[in-house]
Amino acid sequence: MAYPKDLQYTKDHEWLRQGDGKTVTVGITQFAQEALGDVVYVELPKVGEKVTKGKPFGVVESTKAVSEIFSPVDGTIVEVNSPLADSPETVNKDPYEEGWMIRVEIAGAPEPLMDAAAYAQFIKDSAH
Amino acid sequence: MPDLRRTPIYPAHLAAHGKLVPFAGFELPVQYTGLLDEHRAVRQRAGLFDVSHMGEIVVRGAGALAAVQRLVTNDLSKAVNGQAQYSALCNHEGGILDDLVVYRRADDDLLICVNAANRDKDFAWFSQHLVGATATDEGEDYAQLALQGPLAEAILAKLTRTDLRTLGTYRFTAGEVAGRRLLIARTGYTGEDGFELFCKPSDALDLWNALLEAGAPEGLIPCGLGARDSLRTEMKYCLYGNDIDDTTTPLEAGLGWITKLDKGDFIGAGALRAQQAKGLSRKLVGFRFTGKGIPRHGYPVLVDGKPFSSVTSGTLSPSTAQPIGMAYLPPSHGVVGSQFEIDVRGRPIPAVVVKTPFYERPRSWTKVNP
Repeated sequence: MAYPKDLQYTKDHEWLRQGDGKTVTVGITQFAQEALGDVVYVELPKVGEKVTKGKPFGVVESTKAVSEIFSPVDGTIVEVNSPLADSPETVNKDPYEEGWMIRVEIAGAPEPLMDAAAYAQFIKDSAH
Repeated sequence: MPDLRRTPIYPAHLAAHGKLVPFAGFELPVQYTGLLDEHRAVRQRAGLFDVSHMGEIVVRGAGALAAVQRLVTNDLSKAVNGQAQYSALCNHEGGILDDLVVYRRADDDLLICVNAANRDKDFAWFSQHLVGATATDEGEDYAQLALQGPLAEAILAKLTRTDLRTLGTYRFTAGEVAGRRLLIARTGYTGEDGFELFCKPSDALDLWNALLEAGAPEGLIPCGLGARDSLRTEMKYCLYGNDIDDTTTPLEAGLGWITKLDKGDFIGAGALRAQQAKGLSRKLVGFRFTGKGIPRHGYPVLVDGKPFSSVTSGTLSPSTAQPIGMAYLPPSHGVVGSQFEIDVRGRPIPAVVVKTPFYERPRSWTKVNP
């Protein structure tokens, strides 16, 4: 399974991409989208809303399950991927690029998350 | 997973990378390639389901027909031998113990297909209440494959000499498929034309593979429980344990059409007649969201802003792209066009009662009954 090296990962299967300055992009991983199956609905917050590390900021629904998406950081939403409302299947097709979910301006210093190798190991370990 | 049973098709599920989940005590695939692909395959071409978990109870004896008549809600005398009939098994209070299909093989030989989770309970009920006939649990003697979809007949015809064109809906016959003797029934749980094949467990895997090979040119693919659920939900077919159980009656569940209160006495008839005379306090309806979101089993149903019941089944309909579901509503609110709300994670989402089935297949040639 593909876990791009330039991303950081959470135990809840979100990824985070460091952008310019204090802005980060957040989505769900390849593992998450495969586990969910066909994504048919994505519920995202509005620009300007606050997110809290470890707290849900949205919901992704597949044909068979509802799953909350947790924020890996504290901060304020500066952009949401609105096209996902009409084409939620993008999350399955391209979870790391077109399937991104929110851009957040981080409040304070971000804590380090797992790198690609650590996340791959985490998935391997949790399979047992 | 503790003590899960496997069907004879298990090796094929593994080989095809089916995503296995526990269901009614069995380890079964919820999907192979993806629920939406599998759903569309059944609506447009054909899909093959392993339904070997289903239970089979056989009632035999000179009084078999009359004995079963006294236990089920539908009128078996209206079926002929070679015909299958959807029916319900009720307790004395009219609560549904199970919904099932009775295959009338002969007056003294009825094959009854029951839900896997209810198999032991049903068998105990039949054993205890049958008069003049004997029930046998033959679940171990049958595997069951469901070939469903508009191309099902064309695919099955390649493997059998049985004239499928003259086998009408809800008719069945003994036959041979790919050299294996079995029972071919034109039944299913998807709303499409199709067949359910009752075969010997030792023949099931070979049959499965033969069907997939024969159907490959038509686009036949294996399908999991996920597609089975979304297909039946689009038809508003009840799923036992979700939409119906022993606290709901067939009248409340919209199964009045299989509840023949004038056929003579049967267990539960008294309670059902009383309920009909008194009037229902709730009925199972189909609804869709008018806004965004997807209704799910267990979400609270709000009538005039107050909790009344909960969603019994819900999904995003793959065929219509509408968020659809089923729920019990007061009869006053259960008419097409009535509006109510569903609590989706704390937010009331507007819903409207709609005509069901939610999906209707394009009209095709009517099947001829022999």
